[in-house]
Amino acid sequence: MARTLSAPVTVAFDYTRSTGPVLGRFLTGLRDGVVVGARTSSGTVVVPPPEYDPVTHQQTTDFVEVSPAGTVTSWSWVPEPVKGQPLDRPFAFALVTLDGADAPLLHAVDVASPEEMSTGMRVQVRWADERVGHITDIACFEPAAERDAVATEQPRSGDMPADADVDPVTGIITPVELDYVYAASPEESAFYRGLAEGRIVGQRCPACHKVYVPPRSACPSDGQPTSEEVELSHEGTVTTFCVVNVPFMGQKITPPYVSAYVLLDGADIAFLHLILDIPADQVRMGMRVKAVWKPEDEWGTTIENISHFSPTGDPDADYETYKNHL
Amino acid sequence: MRDVAVVGFAQRQMEEFDGSPTCVELLVPLFAECYEQTGWTRKDVGFWCSGSSDYLAGRSFSFVQAVDAIGVTPPVNESHVEMDLAWAMYEAWIKIQTGEVDTALVYAFGKSSAGVLRRTLALQLEPYTMTPLWPDTVSLAGLQARAGIDAGLWDETAMAEVVNRSMGDAEKNEYAVRKGASSVEELLARPMYADPLRKHDCAPVTDGAAAIVLAAGDRARDVRDKPAWISGLAHNVDPMSMGTRDLTRSPSAAVAAAGAGVDGVEVAELHAAFSHQELVLRRELGLSDDVAINPSGGPLSGNPMFSAGGIRIGEAAKKIWSGEAAKTLGHATSGPALQQNLVCTMEGRA
Repeated sequence: MARTLSAPVTVAFDYTRSTGPVLGRFLTGLRDGVVVGARTSSGTVVVPPPEYDPVTHQQTTDFVEVSPAGTVTSWSWVPEPVKGQPLDRPFAFALVTLDGADAPLLHAVDVASPEEMSTGMRVQVRWADERVGHITDIACFEPAAERDAVATEQPRSGDMPADADVDPVTGIITPVELDYVYAASPEESAFYRGLAEGRIVGQRCPACHKVYVPPRSACPSDGQPTSEEVELSHEGTVTTFCVVNVPFMGQKITPPYVSAYVLLDGADIAFLHLILDIPADQVRMGMRVKAVWKPEDEWGTTIENISHFSPTGDPDADYETYKNHL
Repeated sequence: MRDVAVVGFAQRQMEEFDGSPTCVELLVPLFAECYEQTGWTRKDVGFWCSGSSDYLAGRSFSFVQAVDAIGVTPPVNESHVEMDLAWAMYEAWIKIQTGEVDTALVYAFGKSSAGVLRRTLALQLEPYTMTPLWPDTVSLAGLQARAGIDAGLWDETAMAEVVNRSMGDAEKNEYAVRKGASSVEELLARPMYADPLRKHDCAPVTDGAAAIVLAAGDRARDVRDKPAWISGLAHNVDPMSMGTRDLTRSPSAAVAAAGAGVDGVEVAELHAAFSHQELVLRRELGLSDDVAINPSGGPLSGNPMFSAGGIRIGEAAKKIWSGEAAKTLGHATSGPALQQNLVCTMEGRA
C-alpha cells in the first residue's frame, strides 16, 4: 500500500484580460488576417508590438503591417507536445523573423520531423479556420517557398484595415487547465482510510497534547510531528456556525442551511461539516450533534461518508467546555 | 551595511516525493537539521521567509499550511515569495539589514512531480502572446541552445562536457537524483530528444525542499568558526520576450555579477538547468577557467523547483565553512532562458 492516498485533480480557470491599445491592435490585425508590428524609437520593427518603447518608455504608436512570411532564426523540436500547444503531434517551436520585421515572433512550425527544420528556412503563417483576435489565430507556421517566390509587400505604416478602427479587439479569454496527481499527507491519508472503515481518526501533538482532526503533519503551535493516532467520538458540540443563504455553482443543498464547526468529543480543533435535520434558524452554539453516516456500501476514503451532523437532543454544552476551542 | 553570514543549510532532493504538496513532512526534519547546526530553537529565529508556488502541485495556500512546520505559538515574523529560495533569502538579508532582526531561517519547497512541470511553467510567461501557445521550458531552452550553436559560441561537445563533469561530481552528492559519469563520446552517441537537446542536457524534474539560516555579526560567529559572510548580493532582470533579447547572452546575470563582485571567486555553484546555460553563465559572470563550477553536480543532477537556486548558495557556503575555499559564489535563476538572475558571493574572513 502506498504511504499516501492520491487522486487526479484538474484546476481550470478562463483568464479574461483586457488588451490595451497596443496588444489590441496586434490581435485585431490577427483577426483580420494581417500581422501587425511596431516601429520602436531605434527604428527596428518588433512583432508582437511592445506596449512601451524599450528606450524612451513612451507608449507604442507607430504600427507597421509586416508579411505573413518570414525566416526561422532558431528552433527546437517538440517530441512530446503537452496539452494546449498549437499542434498535438510532434512539431517545432521556432523564432520567426517576418519579412518587414527586425525581431522574431515565437510560434509553432508544422513539419513531420526535425530533419525538415533548419535555421534560415522560409515559413509562412497558416491561419486558423476561425479568427477571433487571439495569438492562436495563427494556427502555426508551415514551410514556404523561397522569398522571391512569395508575394511579399513592403511594410506599410498607418495603413491599417478599416475594421481595426471600428471594431477593435479589446479583450481575450485564455482558458488555463492544469492536471495534477494530488496526494494527501500521510496523516490525512490515515484520516481518510479511517473514514472508509467508519472511524474518525485524529493525531495528538507530543508537546502540547492537543488533538487535531483532520490531522496535520505538524502541530501548528509547536512545529512537532503529530505521531500519536487518536480515535475520536462521533458526537460533538457546535462551536460556531453560519447560515448559508447564497446560492453558488455546484451547491447540493437548497439554502438556507447551516455549515458549522463541530468540536468532536476528545478533539481540540473543530472541523467543518453540515448541520441538518433541524431548521437553520434553530442551530445554536453549544448544540450537541452526532455524525450521520451514509449506508456502508457507499463509503470510500472521503469525508462524504458522513452525510451530515444531526442534533442528539441532549442538553446544550456549557460554554466553558468549548470556549478555548473557538 | 551589517555583516550577514550563511550559517546553516539543509536540503532534500528526490525524484518523487510520496507526500502532500505542502511538504510539511519534509520541512520538519529540515528545520531540525538547522536547529542542530546552529544550536538554536525556533525561538532564536527572528524572521522566516518561504519560497513556493501553488501552481506546482495544485494545492491552494500550500505556503500557509507549510507554516505548520515552524509552530507559531508564540506568533512568528513570517513572509513568503513566489520565487526561488534565493529570493526568499534576499528578503531576509534586507530584513536583517534594516536592523529589525539579527537572524533568519528561509526555506522553500515544491512537488514538481504532481503536474507536468515544463507545461506548468508556461504560466510564468507573457499572458497574451506566449502562454496561450504553452511554450514548455524545454523548448524555450532549446531555442536558446540552438541560437548559441548557430552563432558558433558553443557546440554539442561543449554541452556534453558540462554534463559529463556534472554527473561525475554528482556521485559524491547524496542528494543527487541523477549521477554517474560516462564519457563525452558516449553522451554524444545518445539520441536527440528536443533537438538540439538530449535528455541529459536537461535537469531532471525533481521534488524537494531546502532551508538556509542567516545571522548577523556576533550571532553568526557564535554559530560557526568560519561563517560564510555575504560579501555581495544582487539580482537583475532581462525582458521576458524571447524575440527582443539576444538569447545567447544574459545581460542581467552580468549586471548582477558586477553588483556582487566576483573577483577572487574559487568555487561557483550555478543554477544552470540546461547544459548550455552553464556556458552562458560562465561568460556573463566573468568566471575564469580555474574556477570550480558546480562541484555538487549542479542542477543537472537535481533541480527541485523553488529550492534549487538556494541550494546553490547553500552548497557554496559549505565550501567556506569547511575551509576548502576563501571566496565562493551561488547563482540562482528564474523565468525563461536565464531571464532573472541572482548572484551571492560569500567570503571566509574572520
